[in-house]
Amino acid sequence: MSILTALARAEAVESGRAQPLTTVRHTHVAERPLVLVPLSLAGEAAAPLAAIVGTDPGEPRLLVVANPRDRTQRFDFVAELARVVLSYVDGCARSVDTGAGGTKLRYAEAPQVIVPNRGGVEFVRLLGRSTRFRRPFGPYPVHRTVPILGQWLTFLRERADHPGSSMLLAMTSVLSEHWATGQSGLEDANLAALLGWIDPPGDLDGAGAAALAEDPLRSPPAGPSTDPTFDNEILAPALAAVARSIDDFARERALAALTAAVADQMRPTWDLTWQAVRLLRTRPAGASVETRWAMDRDVFTMYHMALAEGTALPQPRRDSAVAAAGRLDRLEREQARYDAQRALDDPLVMAEFRLSGEAFTGTVVAASPNRVDTSGKKAALRPHITVQTDDPVRLEPGAHLVSPARLAQQATVVSVSSVDVVLELSKGMGRSTKQPAPGSVPEVGDRVTYGPVTDAYQPPGRFPSRDDTPWTHGGPPPVIEYHASDNDAVEDWS
Amino acid sequence: MDPLVDRLDRIRGTVAPRNHNARTIAALTSNPGCGRRGLMDAAGVNKGAVAGQLGFPAGFGQSRFAIARGNAFEAQVKADGAAELLQLLRDRLGLAIPEVAYDDLSNVGGNASREVRYARTKALLARAASERDDAGTLFDHPMLRLEIAGYYAYLEPDLIAFRAGGKFHVVEIKSFAVIDGQADPGKTAAAATQSAVYVMAMRELLAELGHPPESVSHDVVLVCPENFANRPTATLVDVRKQLTVLRRQLSRLTRLESILDALPAGLSFDLAYDSDQQATRPADELRKAVSTIDARYSPDCLGTCEMAFFCRDESAGSTSALGRSVRDDLGGVESIGTVLGLARGTLTPGAGQEEIAGLLRFAHKLRTECLDGIG
Ligand code: SF4
Repeated sequence: MSILTALARAEAVESGRAQPLTTVRHTHVAERPLVLVPLSLAGEAAAPLAAIVGTDPGEPRLLVVANPRDRTQRFDFVAELARVVLSYVDGCARSVDTGAGGTKLRYAEAPQVIVPNRGGVEFVRLLGRSTRFRRPFGPYPVHRTVPILGQWLTFLRERADHPGSSMLLAMTSVLSEHWATGQSGLEDANLAALLGWIDPPGDLDGAGAAALAEDPLRSPPAGPSTDPTFDNEILAPALAAVARSIDDFARERALAALTAAVADQMRPTWDLTWQAVRLLRTRPAGASVETRWAMDRDVFTMYHMALAEGTALPQPRRDSAVAAAGRLDRLEREQARYDAQRALDDPLVMAEFRLSGEAFTGTVVAASPNRVDTSGKKAALRPHITVQTDDPVRLEPGAHLVSPARLAQQATVVSVSSVDVVLELSKGMGRSTKQPAPGSVPEVGDRVTYGPVTDAYQPPGRFPSRDDTPWTHGGPPPVIEYHASDNDAVEDWS
Repeated sequence: MDPLVDRLDRIRGTVAPRNHNARTIAALTSNPGCGRRGLMDAAGVNKGAVAGQLGFPAGFGQSRFAIARGNAFEAQVKADGAAELLQLLRDRLGLAIPEVAYDDLSNVGGNASREVRYARTKALLARAASERDDAGTLFDHPMLRLEIAGYYAYLEPDLIAFRAGGKFHVVEIKSFAVIDGQADPGKTAAAATQSAVYVMAMRELLAELGHPPESVSHDVVLVCPENFANRPTATLVDVRKQLTVLRRQLSRLTRLESILDALPAGLSFDLAYDSDQQATRPADELRKAVSTIDARYSPDCLGTCEMAFFCRDESAGSTSALGRSVRDDLGGVESIGTVLGLARGTLTPGAGQEEIAGLLRFAHKLRTECLDGIG
């Protein structure tokens, strides 16, 4: 949050429509994403009740558990879901990206699983956790695809923590990164309300559409939690009818009624999620979206091959302390790179950095393009430019910057005054050591923007010191050395 | 009669005060700055009914699946004289609990009043507390009470209290799962606050008997199912922070006089029930009454207070309706109209608004510059 997004929310209230927070789309939208709308049974840790899943908005696959507390039926459901998900995942590994340079193999596609909200991501985590340790042999054997599904869900869930990864997306989060609504962030967690502000149906305004979206009768919750009234008045009798049915005929009928009831709950969310996919596609993609997606495909390629060769690293219940710290550090750096990349792709994101004084836009008022630095062993071309700006610059001499218009060129702050910034430029000026290539150095009168470098940039003090916090207060779980054991496979799931 | 209690009675009207439970008391801490809620809670007003009569019914339903699961888990932990619980306390928490008896304090015979049951709880806990050794009893369903703005709120927690190492401990049983050592942070926080209510009530009870507050431990035992099974696991949760917040909030409730003094004399939230139990109080009259007390709406109210839909509607056009952080980002400026006016330069900043006005103008300039020509 910042004053920019806060102002956008205020504008949204006034105009009755969500306001853009970006000028481009920063999330990759796959050609064939897999949309998954899960429902779980209230009160249970991870008891799937039903799911709609598929890659075609017109062909939703509906899966229902007739008795969510029954172990066998639960695993039947998981095996069915596995069939859909695994065939999708394998389908992404069918062709190789021939354009990829180097010797590295990269698949042309990667899976992109889209769930409606953060709860859907948590569902993926729990379902992955509760299935990846199962085994197709021994006591309580499961279908052989069940643990494989668990591994993939765990893989996807892990990727979702990586800033800029698009393999598992919560639609509400993607939309919230791109639009500001006239309601609170808390209310934005409701997909129907959020989308109501962005793309209201008919001649409603955002507030009107959001109000409709809050009525669970008109707009069932996007899951995985169901509406309590639905639970008490429709689901409970429908489940009871299935349990009670005395013959195949009665059971068939009761099952059909149950299926219709849960389908009614999920179908609107399925449609909304696809509506959001279409909406995102209408926005032009940012320049670095493809680079990040290529990274996703690399990671996918490696994991897919490792699984096939049996060399995939185990997915322990808990990370060791060292692994956890390393991971956090990596995520931090990825976040910084993601922020910087988006800023370079999108002036409205750059505006956030301009507000905080880490970037600025201005006009070149002086330039010495042929300046040569002779202090080193070899003389080097190091032009200086002076940029006049009204922005509240908060940069120190020596800071490294880059301009969205000249990504290959490095700029170093020489001095900052209240009205201008002097920059020293290196790289991206052609081969000559005496004269920069035409157009490679900004000229007097040019309007230029300089902002954080994608790799060197580190946001200050964002590192959460969670290590001393017990899990009951939001800290990490206690660390226990993990050794995979056969006991994991027979873990209860009741 | 206490004039404060008398005044609150008149505000509430003809119905009996709404009972508090740990959840409602815990909720008192979620928006401590709200005078409207403070007053309504102190007077024992049924906020849900008032909101309904105002045309903004609250949606705080609970799924019967969740309730059934909660009951089943609790019954399991307490079965056979709380055998599973005992083992947990010994094995997981290493508590040296001697051979124990299990005493369900809700069995007083007949339909004893809350006062009688409270007296019995007090007597039994008094005996346990005065013994030099730990009494070795698990007390289930103690009846506790807390004074809330002149009233005793009786609490009938589904909890077990026991004494170990010379201290009483509170055990709270919850049915949300702890998976690989982690649980839903929201649910954990709510459980901790509720447990703090019980610790506080037990301390009050023991204080009446002359025991110091430390005789009840601030570490409560949270029992939850582990991973995906029904097997329980126990964790110690330190609720000192929650106790501090709670104490501050409850003491505020007893300082209501200043709020009350400012209110019109005849103020009442009476819903005027007729003989068919239908509320007959005209909505606009009720709205006027409710509106005389200042509220402090924030979106968090949606999860904690039955009045939320009404208050949200009332605060439309204010920055706080967009969330506290948005309001803070906007320099605390209250009205969205003012924010936009300052940003566009059509409003002259008032005293103290110069800095935020400058930032808003810069933010507005940036947005316009970047979005120009983009649909
Ligand atoms: S909903 Fe209204 S009455 Fe309740 S706490 Fe919020 S502002 Fe106060």
